[in-house]
Amino acid sequence: MTFTVHDLISLSPVLLIGVGILATLIIEMLVKESEKILGWFTFVLLLSVAYLSLILLDHTALVFEDKFLTGGRVNIFFFLFSFGAAVVSLLSMEYIKKAGIHFGEYYIMLLSSVLGMMLISGATDFIMIFIGLEQMSVCFYVLAGFNRRNERSLEAALKYFLLGSFATGFLVFGLGLIYGAVGSLSITEIVIGYETLKTSPLFLTGTLLFIIGFSFKIAAVPFHMWVPDVYQGAPTSVTALMSTTGKAAAFSALIIIFSPIIQAAYPSFFTPVISVLAVLSMLYGSIVAISQNDLKRMLAYSSIAHAGYMLIGLAAWNEKGVSGVIFYLVAYTFMNLAAFGLISLIEKRDLRGTEFSDYKGLGFKQPVLAGLMALTMFALSGIPPFAGFFGKYYVFLSAIEAGMTWLAIVGVISSVISVYFYLRLIVVMYFDNSDEIVMVTPSTSAMLGIMISVLLIIIMGVAPGSIINLINSTF
Amino acid sequence: MIPIEHYLFLSSFMFVTGVVGVITRRNAIVVFMSIELMLNSANLVFVTFSSYLGNVTGQLVVFFVMAVAAAEAAVGLAIIIAIFRNKLTVNLDEINILKW
Repeated sequence: MTFTVHDLISLSPVLLIGVGILATLIIEMLVKESEKILGWFTFVLLLSVAYLSLILLDHTALVFEDKFLTGGRVNIFFFLFSFGAAVVSLLSMEYIKKAGIHFGEYYIMLLSSVLGMMLISGATDFIMIFIGLEQMSVCFYVLAGFNRRNERSLEAALKYFLLGSFATGFLVFGLGLIYGAVGSLSITEIVIGYETLKTSPLFLTGTLLFIIGFSFKIAAVPFHMWVPDVYQGAPTSVTALMSTTGKAAAFSALIIIFSPIIQAAYPSFFTPVISVLAVLSMLYGSIVAISQNDLKRMLAYSSIAHAGYMLIGLAAWNEKGVSGVIFYLVAYTFMNLAAFGLISLIEKRDLRGTEFSDYKGLGFKQPVLAGLMALTMFALSGIPPFAGFFGKYYVFLSAIEAGMTWLAIVGVISSVISVYFYLRLIVVMYFDNSDEIVMVTPSTSAMLGIMISVLLIIIMGVAPGSIINLINSTF
Repeated sequence: MIPIEHYLFLSSFMFVTGVVGVITRRNAIVVFMSIELMLNSANLVFVTFSSYLGNVTGQLVVFFVMAVAAAEAAVGLAIIIAIFRNKLTVNLDEINILKW
C-alpha cells in the first residue's frame, strides 16, 4: 500500500481543512482579539476548500487502505459542505457578536464539523462513516449549547446530545451485528456477499438498527422528536449549519452505503422501509408546521418534510433519484441558509423575535429583507422558477419512473399543504401592520452570505439542467 | 468454550437495558449512563465476533468506539453541568421551556 502524489492531490481538500483547523487553534491562542479575524479566516479557508474540491472533480482516488474515496460525487459533497459552511461563517460573524458568544472556539468547532462531514461523504467503510458522523455530531452538540448563559440554547444542547448519542447507540449495535454477519465492515465486502447475506437475520437486524440510527440523524419521522426543540433553541447561525450541511452529510452516507447494496438486489427489503419513512416525514412535517407560531420551529418541521421528499429519491433508487436527491440537497441547503440568515438578522439582542407576530409589517419597514424572505419562502414551497421546484420535480420524476407513482402523489399533496405555512409568513409581512418593528441595519458580511444563497437559488431555478448534468457526469 | 449465543444474549440484554433506561429514567445523568451501556453492549458484540471469526477488525473498532464514547462523555457532562448551573436541576421533566 503506497501513498502516491496523485492520492495526496486528490485528498488536498480534506488535508487543507485539517491544517486549517490547526491554524485556527494556533491563531486563537496567539493573537489577541483573534475572534475578529477568525471569521474571515474561516470564510477564506472554506472557500478555498470548495474551490479545490471543484477543480479536483475528476481526480478519483481510493486512499487509506481503500477506506476513503475522493473525486466525482464525493467532491460534489465536499463542495456543498465547505461552501455551505463558508456562507454560515459569513452569517455568523455579526450574529454571534449580537448574541454575546463571540469566541474563537466557535469557528474551530464549525471547521471540525465540516471535516467530519467530509469524512462521512468519502467513506467506503463503516468505521469511517461512524467516526465522521461522531466528529460532526459532537461538534454540533457543543455548537448548539454555545450560548451557555441562555436556557433555551442549553436545553437544545442537552436534548440534542441525549437523543443524538441514543441514536449512536443503535448505529453502533447495528454495525456490530453487520460485522458479525459479514466478517468485515467494508462496503465492497458486503456487496460481494450480498446474495447470501440478504437472508441472514443477523445482517437484516443490523441494517435495520443502522437505518434507525441514521433516521435520527436525517430527522425522519418517527425519529424526529429532537428536531423542533434543537432547531429552535440553538443559536440561529448554528441551526443554519445543522439543518443544511449536517443533514446533507447524513444523506451522503445513505447514498454511499445504499448505492452498491441496492444495485446488487433491487427491489430489496430497504425500499418499503424507506418509503414508509418518506411518507410519514412528508405528511407529519407539513401538517404540524401549520400550527407553529415560531419561525425557527416552523422551519424545523418543514425540514422534516424536506427530508421526506429526499427520501423519495432514495426509495425510488434509480440514477435519476440519486442525482435528484443531490440536486435537492444543494437547493435545500441554500434555501435554508438564506431563510435562517434572514431570521438571524431580524432576531433581537435577547434572541427573541422569531415569532410570526414579530414579522408584522416588515414588508413596509424593511422592504429589502422582506423581499428576500418572500423569495426564499416561495423557493422553499416549491414555486417555480426557484431551486425548490426543480428539486421536487426531479425527485418525484424518479419515483414515477421507478413505478412508485403513489409516493410522488403523496409528495405533491404534502407540498400543497406546505404552501400554506410558507405563504402565511408573506401574508404576515405584507398585509399586517405593526409599529413595533425595530429597524435593523444588516451587516455587510451577513448580507453577502444571504445574497450568495439567494443568487444560487435563482440560478438553480433558472438553469437546473446544467447543474443536474454536472451531477450526472459524476456517476 | 462458551458458545457464541451466550455472549450475544448478554450483549442484547445490555442493549435492551440501555434502551429501556433511556426511555424510562428522567435524570439526565442516569439517561447518559444508559447510553454508555448501549455503546458498551455494541463493544461486546464486536469483541465476540472478532474472537469468533478470528478477525482483528472488531477489536480495532472497539478502540474507536471507546474513544468516541470518551469524547461524547466529555461534551455531555459539560452540557449537563452547564444546565445544572443554570437551573439547579438535571431532571428532564423540568427542562421543558421548548415546546409548542
